[in-house]
Amino acid sequence: MHNPQLTKDGKLKHLLTTEGLPRAILNQILDTAESFVGVAEREVKKVPLLRGKTVCNIFFENSTRTRTTFEIAAKRLSADVITLNVGTSSQSKGETILDTVDNLTAMHADMFVVRHAESGAAHFIAQHVAPHIHVINAGDGRHAHPTQGLLDVFTIRRYKPEMHNLRVALVGDVLHSRVARSEIHALTTLGIPEVRVIAPKTLLPQHVEKLGVQVYHDMNEGLKDVDVIMMLRLQNERMNGALLPSAQEYFKCYGLTQEKLALAKPDAIVMHPGPMNRGVEIDSAVADGKQSVILPQVTYGIAVRMAVMSILAGNSE
Amino acid sequence: MTLNPQLPNAEDLLLILEQKLAPFIQPKTAIVGIHSGGAWIAERLFPSLQQSHPDYSLVLGMLDSSFYRDDYNQRGLHAETRPSQIPFDVEEQHIILLDDVFYTGRTIRAAMNELFDYGRPASISLAVLVDRGGRELPICPQVAALELEIPPQQKLQLSRDENNQLQFTLEAHA
Repeated sequence: MHNPQLTKDGKLKHLLTTEGLPRAILNQILDTAESFVGVAEREVKKVPLLRGKTVCNIFFENSTRTRTTFEIAAKRLSADVITLNVGTSSQSKGETILDTVDNLTAMHADMFVVRHAESGAAHFIAQHVAPHIHVINAGDGRHAHPTQGLLDVFTIRRYKPEMHNLRVALVGDVLHSRVARSEIHALTTLGIPEVRVIAPKTLLPQHVEKLGVQVYHDMNEGLKDVDVIMMLRLQNERMNGALLPSAQEYFKCYGLTQEKLALAKPDAIVMHPGPMNRGVEIDSAVADGKQSVILPQVTYGIAVRMAVMSILAGNSE
Repeated sequence: MTLNPQLPNAEDLLLILEQKLAPFIQPKTAIVGIHSGGAWIAERLFPSLQQSHPDYSLVLGMLDSSFYRDDYNQRGLHAETRPSQIPFDVEEQHIILLDDVFYTGRTIRAAMNELFDYGRPASISLAVLVDRGGRELPICPQVAALELEIPPQQKLQLSRDENNQLQFTLEAHA
């Protein structure tokens, strides 16, 4: 079956999900991001690749970090950038997604970065845009958030280059987490030998083990000897019904504290996609501790997004 | 790929290049190789340049000019980009750019544009193993170990074996 993200000759045209992406493309993104890390450390932090191109960030759902890092990434590639918080403008006046997209296309946009609360929104847009336009999914419902997944994998690779013998644990609200899905697909495609998920049954999707992960419900068991701990945000805004007794109870069982961190390998790194609920899924002492790489994740996010944009914009049918 | 007995011996050319470079070495000079062939040459030449100029402060850098290429819109981003490594202050530095084969001059334009995003160098010189002719821009090497006309449909390709030895092959141009 043809992957809708790829051109006929197998190059990346849209980035909608990490699921089903060939390992070679994942590696190309990570290797290219490595080059962009150096660009950010120079006197002039820009390269001319997207000069004359217009990137539209269309955010149907709120976000600060993702929107900002996409904006910086596009600007450092010399693109012109427009950011629309559609939730607060046309959509509230009744315009459909495709009307919004058609209008931006009429303004000669070259790339759309899309965030939407509905799963499949970016995919839907990618199917309907003009052939020269590239679409990046910046988070769709519970489905996928591929650039976050990739920047997490990039961060892991930077701190733990020997990826072929790593043990990675994702902890928390896997059920509602598009980040977790994107990470799991990327990690398994790249051949990480052991990916664990640690969560209460109520916060795990059914048949999660089919994604190639090992399931733990007890943090004290699941964290044993892991190299990487990826804390997931408790998605309060996505919770319907009584999945959890209380935030305090959750912290007691699944919050990452210094004591629980001590179960992992001594040089384990701690990650979090942000925004953090301190005292709910992670203790401040850990979030600000010396094993935390949460802020480098943000920095690397720009390099990874620059890599994705510059690879896409260069690949035409 | 065809092995051609007429092809220049890259190892011999390396020795010639080192000799010809001598007048260009100043007390504060950076040797910058362009990925990948130029970087191999820079790695090979740098230790002996340091040895022959013990009182000079020579520094080594590597450039991958993929982000500055003028064929990006036609061909997309190069599949194998490598990080540029410029671990010195470019400002007021004398820079010798090294590349394996000089052809159209477009790679050198891209490399110079990238260098200027690090700072304003005092000077840039260009040294190559082979100047194959066919330039399309007003750029030319100050030093070429060999000038050799190669037809446009062929590509002179430098490769490196497991013992760090360099050799040229001729390939059909993509």
